[in-house]
Amino acid sequence: MYRETEIVKQPGTGEPDVFGDMVINIGPQHPSTHGVLHLVITLNGETIKKVEPHLGYIHRSIEKMCESLSFRQFIYVTSKMDYLSSHINNHACCMCVEKGMQIEVPPRAQVIRVLMDELTRLASHQLWWGAGAMDIGALTPFFHAFREREMINDIMEETCGTRLTMNYMVPGGVMTDIHPNFQNRVHAFIDHFKSKIDEYDELLTGNVIFENRMQGVGYLSKEDAISYGCTGPTARGSGVSCDIRKLYPYEVYSKLQFDEVLETGCDCYARYIVRMKEMRQSLSIVQQLIDNIPEGDIQAKTKAVLKLPKGEYYSRVETARGEFGVYIVSEGGTTPYRIKFRSPGFSNLSALDQMARGGKIGDLVAIMAMIDLVIPDIDR
Amino acid sequence: MLIEFAIVGVCIIGLFAMLGLVLIMMERKVSARMQLRLGPNRVGPGGMFQTTADTLKLIVKEGMTPDGADKFLFNVAPFIVMIVAMVIMAPLMFAKGLQIWDVNIGILFVAAVSSVSVIGVLMAGWASNNKYSLLGAMRSGAQIVSYELSAGFAILVIVILTGDLKISSIVDGQVNGWWIFKGHLPVWIAFVIFMIAVTAETNRAPFDLAEAESELTAGFHTEYSGMKFALFFLAEYANIFVVCAIGATLFLGGWQPLHFGTGTKFNEIMDYIPSSVWFMGKTFFLIFVIMWFRWTFPRLRIDQLLNLEWKYLLPISMFNILLATLMAIMGWHF
Repeated sequence: MYRETEIVKQPGTGEPDVFGDMVINIGPQHPSTHGVLHLVITLNGETIKKVEPHLGYIHRSIEKMCESLSFRQFIYVTSKMDYLSSHINNHACCMCVEKGMQIEVPPRAQVIRVLMDELTRLASHQLWWGAGAMDIGALTPFFHAFREREMINDIMEETCGTRLTMNYMVPGGVMTDIHPNFQNRVHAFIDHFKSKIDEYDELLTGNVIFENRMQGVGYLSKEDAISYGCTGPTARGSGVSCDIRKLYPYEVYSKLQFDEVLETGCDCYARYIVRMKEMRQSLSIVQQLIDNIPEGDIQAKTKAVLKLPKGEYYSRVETARGEFGVYIVSEGGTTPYRIKFRSPGFSNLSALDQMARGGKIGDLVAIMAMIDLVIPDIDR
Repeated sequence: MLIEFAIVGVCIIGLFAMLGLVLIMMERKVSARMQLRLGPNRVGPGGMFQTTADTLKLIVKEGMTPDGADKFLFNVAPFIVMIVAMVIMAPLMFAKGLQIWDVNIGILFVAAVSSVSVIGVLMAGWASNNKYSLLGAMRSGAQIVSYELSAGFAILVIVILTGDLKISSIVDGQVNGWWIFKGHLPVWIAFVIFMIAVTAETNRAPFDLAEAESELTAGFHTEYSGMKFALFFLAEYANIFVVCAIGATLFLGGWQPLHFGTGTKFNEIMDYIPSSVWFMGKTFFLIFVIMWFRWTFPRLRIDQLLNLEWKYLLPISMFNILLATLMAIMGWHF
């Protein structure tokens, strides 16, 4: 309470610091945190002195839960972690199990997986664009972004049966074949989105107010980005090359033509530009693949009960927010002995204090928007 | 005298209530149109009574006062904001000859009274005993006090050119052309600055820092609920109406119809349109522009907001005043 601020003696001078610090809570119920993130921020006027994230409000101990689920079952739980890239999470888990079982995924399944990944990435970035703009105070982009996201959700619904937590990938391939309408729908989406992404730029990117809110805000140097373990667009905005699709290609990514987007601005604007360019890259990947889905099986032949040989397995993929890793320790049984997920959001959040210090409250909101936090991904 | 007072009072209150309903409806429809939505369309034809239903809901809601709040200031703040918004309407000229109080310092009165509303906002923020409210109120104070200067200078340009503070003579001075047409560069600059400054003064986006919902939940009215919140909400819309009406009066000729040249057929047709329609049309056009701002632009940061005023708008307006004075002395306008 500001009226009962304790009079703190300033160190050294002995003079009472009558102003003290103002500590305010942002979250767990707050319009800007997109979930149950709780930030305790220490303010001096409007200037931020310290940001302290408090986690655990949506901790469901997914890692522990996975230990009692079989190697087929635990994949479905991971859809609920980063719900905006559930396909990609499932993908990483499947890859890890496949690595252990030494299952060769048929080419058709590989292409479908990559297609789904990239569509998920597009949907996630669209949501980020809309919600991020809303944090900055522009409310209209949100609705424009959702118009396009709805098209992707419809495509997913037709093929996977659900719109958010798809659970479409299984060890050895994908669960069902794509819907006969899939290719037409994706073509329609590509044509639609190509014009709309330019509209996104017109509406927000070139706006003077938006540029002022973004440029020079939330500085994160290349060294800091590496030492905090930032990945994804957060790190690539600081010039750290960390795209798993390029560095450790999986599935068919090595055969595709796309660029890793790197910006050297180190600020929120650089992160914004990285994501905007990534949307175009993802669109081009979808375009390259949609007419070249090979014929064949959608699943490799696997045993009904999977038993991973004793050992440790790790696989990593690039989600919309950064590197997602799955680490499985198997004792040779039907369930994993231990599972650890490396989620991109957690590491990116750890850099928040570094980025926000010295900025204003408005900057904190902008920084959070540009990290693109998904709280269930952080808390697990 | 007393009866006159009562009639005028009832009229203003009636207008005020209607304005709130109409403008909130307009905002909802405008924003829906810009955001690919339909907007309210269930209560009444075309959703017309949605705002009425919302108001009813707010009236029957419990008006909470937080435990740690300063009870007196907390409860009196919304009324101050409301009263200020109502008092400013007194000297406005709604149509030819329709004016409640043609005071000889009309525009000065408007400028002076409008700055009182910041006291209500500061009171609300301080008395709520909430840190978000306090931050919001402090922002609002800094903002309104700063932008008052630019708005004042913009008004002054017209006062210099007209040579009178009385609202009726400002309108009469535009009988041979609105100031936006005959005022050349100084008036154009003044108009743009005026629109920016009043958007900031009414705490509207992109200058809605006092209630930046992604930063301060709801800013200075975080703790308010029920009818007390509704009063803030109504006052905001009444303020928008008032500033746009002033803008229309100063720059767009008040109730004067659009004329080109003299004695043409076009002018005669324009004269057939009632003066109240002209006034309301211009005012609502400006209100639409302000709504357009809100649903298009992101929000500024507090230091950028103050930079914009003190580093750009204020020097430009001061220079503009010189220009306008020169113009008035040399008689360069027609």
